Amino acid sequence: MLSFILRRIAVVIPTFLGVTLLAFALIHMIPGDPVLVMMGERQIDPEFYASALKRLGLDQPLYVQYWHYLLNLLHGDFGTSIVSNEPVIREFLTLFPATLELSLCAMIFACLLGLPAGMLAATRRGTIVDHVTMGSALTGYSMPIFWWGLILIMLFSVSLGWTPVSGRISLEYDIPPVTGFMLIDTLLSGEEGAFKSAAHHLILPAIVLGTIPMAVIARMTRSAMLEVLREDYIRTARAKGLSRGRIVIVHALRNALMPVVTVIGLQIGTLLAGAVLTETIFSWPGIGKWLIDSISRRDYPVVQGGILLIATMVISVNLLVDILYGVINPRIRHAR
Amino acid sequence: MLLDIRNLNVSFGSTAQPFQAVSGLDLAINRGEIVGIVGESGSGKSVTMLALMGLIDAPGRVTADALQFAGQDLLGMKAAQKRQIIGKDIAMIFQDALTSLNPAYTVGYQLMETLRLHTPLRGAALKQRALELLEQVEIPDAKSRLNAYPHQLSGGMSQRVMIAMAIACQPKLLIADEPTTALDVTVQAQIMELLVNLQKQNDMALILITHDLAVVAEVAQRVVVMYAGEVVETSSTELLFNTPRHPYTQALLASIPEHSKGAKRLSTLAGVVPGQYDRPSGCLLSPRCPYATDTCRTQRPPQLPLSGTSVRCFTPLNDSGIPSHE
Ligand SMILES: Nc1ncnc2c1ncn2[C@@H]1O[C@H](COP(=O)(O)OP(=O)(O)OP(=O)(O)O)[C@@H](O)[C@H]1O
Ligand code: SF4
Ligand SMILES: [Mg+2]
Repeated sequence: MLSFILRRIAVVIPTFLGVTLLAFALIHMIPGDPVLVMMGERQIDPEFYASALKRLGLDQPLYVQYWHYLLNLLHGDFGTSIVSNEPVIREFLTLFPATLELSLCAMIFACLLGLPAGMLAATRRGTIVDHVTMGSALTGYSMPIFWWGLILIMLFSVSLGWTPVSGRISLEYDIPPVTGFMLIDTLLSGEEGAFKSAAHHLILPAIVLGTIPMAVIARMTRSAMLEVLREDYIRTARAKGLSRGRIVIVHALRNALMPVVTVIGLQIGTLLAGAVLTETIFSWPGIGKWLIDSISRRDYPVVQGGILLIATMVISVNLLVDILYGVINPRIRHAR
Repeated sequence: MLLDIRNLNVSFGSTAQPFQAVSGLDLAINRGEIVGIVGESGSGKSVTMLALMGLIDAPGRVTADALQFAGQDLLGMKAAQKRQIIGKDIAMIFQDALTSLNPAYTVGYQLMETLRLHTPLRGAALKQRALELLEQVEIPDAKSRLNAYPHQLSGGMSQRVMIAMAIACQPKLLIADEPTTALDVTVQAQIMELLVNLQKQNDMALILITHDLAVVAEVAQRVVVMYAGEVVETSSTELLFNTPRHPYTQALLASIPEHSKGAKRLSTLAGVVPGQYDRPSGCLLSPRCPYATDTCRTQRPPQLPLSGTSVRCFTPLNDSGIPSHE
């Protein structure tokens, strides 16, 4: 198992290097003089210009710049925001829990609904249950996030008044960040009603963000289940006299999960892309909103570092999925 | 009598245009008896057994006048009740052992799953019994095999595991559907020998579906010959091999060398088993039968009892192998 994990990690290293190269190139692909672009193309005095160039390391040859860039990365230096003068990594780490919390809840929502829906559709194949479930999944899949978010806000926040429109928690609460997860921090703070408020704020964005992954998971679960249910070992399980429920959950689902887990992993990219939009719609203070704001503020070090950090995250998640895949499927684990 | 099936019908396809995969099948099995079921590909051997096990799914339809097993009526039984018999008193093994084991679970898990379901064994005793079973099916190094995954086993080894699973609760009836077809020749003989030994030790009835007539002649006490979903002849092994009464049986026997090697067609009879759309109206064999008459082409022959055998033919063959009316 350990050697399996190490082999997986080795495969990922070149990908990671490629991403650093891209992030590095980004700053050089900005049309025009990066310093001028960042400073807002105002008239600035040459001395300040030279010092800015030096500070950004842009006076060195490209390969030296890249080398320094890599060395800095190794030391955890992902650049410094030119707006707040804070290290990018610190801003990222402050905001990331908000995005992670949102994404996790979206994914939990997607799995909680998508897996049973797919299983139900597969075991009731061809019936009205199947058609309704898969029809809904298709609708969910093709729903533009922005539009879907607005519809839900109109319905649940504006018309029914059930949920708040924006933010992570009602302004009346001042929750000290401990874990960065609002749901957990509110519980830790012991403030009455804080958890409820946080949950209320979270529910709509999580549903909006989780809708597409849910649809994908439901469809994937259905087709994987249908495939597996035709397998010889399902016939064996039935010939043992096992109950229908045990056959579906123990014998079929375990095998059907392999492609589903992959799909869930692949959804992480989609999820982060969706998070950018969702966070913007709901003013959710996470890295998606942060990136969008930084782009409009022309805070390029933040954009560069943020993209690299997000890419690193996607790579790590895919790695995790790969490893998980090996845990579920003994054949992959044992393959040399 | 252990098993008594009367007038079993299995059909697939739409109700308007059903395909009778099995029709009017009668089958009786005694305790501790070995019965061979033979017939070309598509004659309904597997479907019959799957219907008995309750493994035919909608839109397939199963009907019967009687389905008695060890004095119990399987027909009127609730599904949950039937599941206490299936896998315990009636067990089945299949052609492709490699794909018949779940790739996600260890051999031990799958073996103990059966035991946990049908016996009160738990914990160390459960594991001990699983180990015994693997030893009983002559798996070397049984202890370490408990933790092996199916993909780490050879075909022969997988079939042994399947057999261990099937005999786990000492069934009264074991159905082996072409248990050796997918295996190497040398392994085939070992698995057959194992099956017959286990049958003797456990005093269980064994239904052996196979294309290998030589094996049937060697181990079976009785033989059932099926063609296009019907039983065309059934008798003791000795009678059947010495004096086949049905033209189809005669053709099967005449083609033993190739057929037992798995040839899909009979060299002695032109054509193949009729499928859904080309079933003839008279005797199902009539398009291929060398002795077919006009009556054969328009009317269905009934199953006739005939001195110790039962034959579905208007003109059963006599001792010299020619139709009785000539
Ligand atoms: N699920 C099903 N749906 C429709 N037709 C089926 C189904 N299962 C079997 N059949 C048909 O029923 C007929 C009998 O099939 P069966 O598998 O019982 O043959 P067999 O005698 O076991 O042949 P073989 O020696 O190849 O195993 C075939 O024509 C087959 O195509
Ligand atoms: S009934 Fe006629 S066609 Fe059918 S097997 Fe007998 S002789 Fe042949
Ligand atoms: Mg078959």
